[in-house]
Amino acid sequence: MSAQVLQVAEVEALSPLVTRFRFVHPEGEALPLFSGGAHVVVEMPDGAVLRRNAYSLISDPLDGSGYEIAVRRDEAGRGGSRFMHAEVAVGDLLRVGAPVNLFALDLRARRHVLIAGGIGITPFLAQIRQLIRLQLPFELHYAVRSRAEAAAARLLPDLAQVHLHISEEGSRMDLGEILSGQPLGTHVYVCGPEGLVDGVLDTARCLGWPKGALHSEAFLAPPPGEAFEVTLARSGRKIAVGPHQSLLEALEAAEVEVPWLCRGGACGQCETHVTSCSGHIEHHDHWLSDEARASQSAIMPCVSRFRGADLTIDR
Amino acid sequence: MTMRFNDETFRGDYTFRNSPEAVRRFPFPFDQDSYMYSVNIEPHRKTRAGSVFEHRFDVDEHYVAEMRDRAITLERDPLRCQSLPHMELAGWDFLELVMTSKAEDYPELFTLNRDGDRWHWINRPLGIEQRFTFLDATTLPCGPMEYITRQTQGDHALLDQRDGNLWMDAGMVTAQADWSLDFDIGMNFFEWHAPVPKANEMGVFQRALKFLLNLQQGAPVRRLNWTMTVNPRLDTSPETYPEWGPEKRTVTPETVGAKQHLRVELQTLWRLPRSNAIAFPIRCYLCALDDIVTVPKWGRRLHRVLRDLPDELAEYKGFAVNRGVIVDYLARFDDGAETSPGIFPD
Repeated sequence: MSAQVLQVAEVEALSPLVTRFRFVHPEGEALPLFSGGAHVVVEMPDGAVLRRNAYSLISDPLDGSGYEIAVRRDEAGRGGSRFMHAEVAVGDLLRVGAPVNLFALDLRARRHVLIAGGIGITPFLAQIRQLIRLQLPFELHYAVRSRAEAAAARLLPDLAQVHLHISEEGSRMDLGEILSGQPLGTHVYVCGPEGLVDGVLDTARCLGWPKGALHSEAFLAPPPGEAFEVTLARSGRKIAVGPHQSLLEALEAAEVEVPWLCRGGACGQCETHVTSCSGHIEHHDHWLSDEARASQSAIMPCVSRFRGADLTIDR
Repeated sequence: MTMRFNDETFRGDYTFRNSPEAVRRFPFPFDQDSYMYSVNIEPHRKTRAGSVFEHRFDVDEHYVAEMRDRAITLERDPLRCQSLPHMELAGWDFLELVMTSKAEDYPELFTLNRDGDRWHWINRPLGIEQRFTFLDATTLPCGPMEYITRQTQGDHALLDQRDGNLWMDAGMVTAQADWSLDFDIGMNFFEWHAPVPKANEMGVFQRALKFLLNLQQGAPVRRLNWTMTVNPRLDTSPETYPEWGPEKRTVTPETVGAKQHLRVELQTLWRLPRSNAIAFPIRCYLCALDDIVTVPKWGRRLHRVLRDLPDELAEYKGFAVNRGVIVDYLARFDDGAETSPGIFPD
């Protein structure tokens, strides 16, 4: 949760929907290096609301001169990406957290197969720089609908093992072909829409890949939903969660301290005990066990929501 | 400040001694008059000038002799230092952390000049000067982790993070409280902690692992652990048990104050940047009971802790056989007075 104030040094449209931002230290100091797949949380003071969104770092992990992220404008989202696109300009100062990696390369792998769909390319942009630097064998598959949507195409190195698949132009990605015939010891990493993630994991399982060799980017943006209310067991207070707000954000707005790292349902930091629940918790996280979900005994306030008469949490 | 380094041994004639200043800065591990496991983790930040918590990697009067003892152990048993192939990057991360920390914290002892990837390292106490290319292992006489841990007091483990667990995939372990790197290499957090009694049922390891998986860069943490060792011996490993195990039987009421040492580990944990691994230095400090009791608060408190410790912990820590003699000795220094909170001398 430690954050430092960084200055926006570059803003560049990569495609109609995706913009690249470069952050540097205001006094030119070196930033901590990181590992490919790491993300940072960017704090956005949007009027009365303090938004915090996690973005994968896309710049070279071994280059401390700046951090770069790519933000896809999401009209249906909760407003963070709209804020970045509309409000943030070169010279602005924003608080950016320390890099955290929940999608690291497994360096034991003999070969790395990276599969991205759309904006899911972002963690791989840093990972391939790391792989090239370490001289490790890899291949990258980047699937997009159209050439115009291939925001990251010109950020990719011109290498034979980097493949662009454009479905509109008939070069749709063939997962079976990519995943069959890989040598033993290969690891596969996937990041993108849920359909692609499921497709890769299912195909790999059918082909007999070991579970430990499959990696998917787990954290996600908090989904919007209907407004709901929660009761805080420790104070008895009731707080309202708006349709475009996460429970975590509502708790923060009410000045209730909750630990967090990824704000995307993956790291487990904000896990909160549920003391009573009459209704249905919409679990969106990748953290809780199936038993914990089913029993509605815990909730991840960063991404999960509630529908029903009463939810009381231990905060 | 120039540091004086002791010419001393940790085996054979055991000439190791703590100066009075070293005794005063000994990291006494008990902040109250009783002991039970806890995760007891706190931020590893500069605390109390002169204490072992002042610098990121404490260098003290035993530095040169400890490194000499490490070299002897490695000569006899090279498997005390192992690094699985995927851990080389973590080794570089750790080398960078130690070199930059020591050069900043002890400029009179260590110097690091960096010109891009071309590094120049000077270690004055050990008489080492090395030019090398960062991230190119062929420019060092050995792997990066071995290179820097031959120059850094304490044992060191590098833990890889994957599959929601930590894996002991590299280490330099020559000053251990009876555990074996060669046995533990490749094990995960629960596997290498399996021999510890009670703690698992208490849920200590689940909580500790969850905390460590989220350890952040630039926010290292520390904890103290302790045991008891007969004679000031660093290498109390399972591999050499036949050499030191029988020494436990040499403790008598006459010799206990000089021979019996409280062994304290200052354990720190660091998230490494490029590899996302965790570095786990385990720094060992030894202090004879005769020296402990020169601090009245410590004499009183150690008596009460060891007297009241559950039997299985005394057994696990390997001093059950001498517990009676130790407690009788310490009782002479416990007048029943109240002790002040915290670990530092009054």
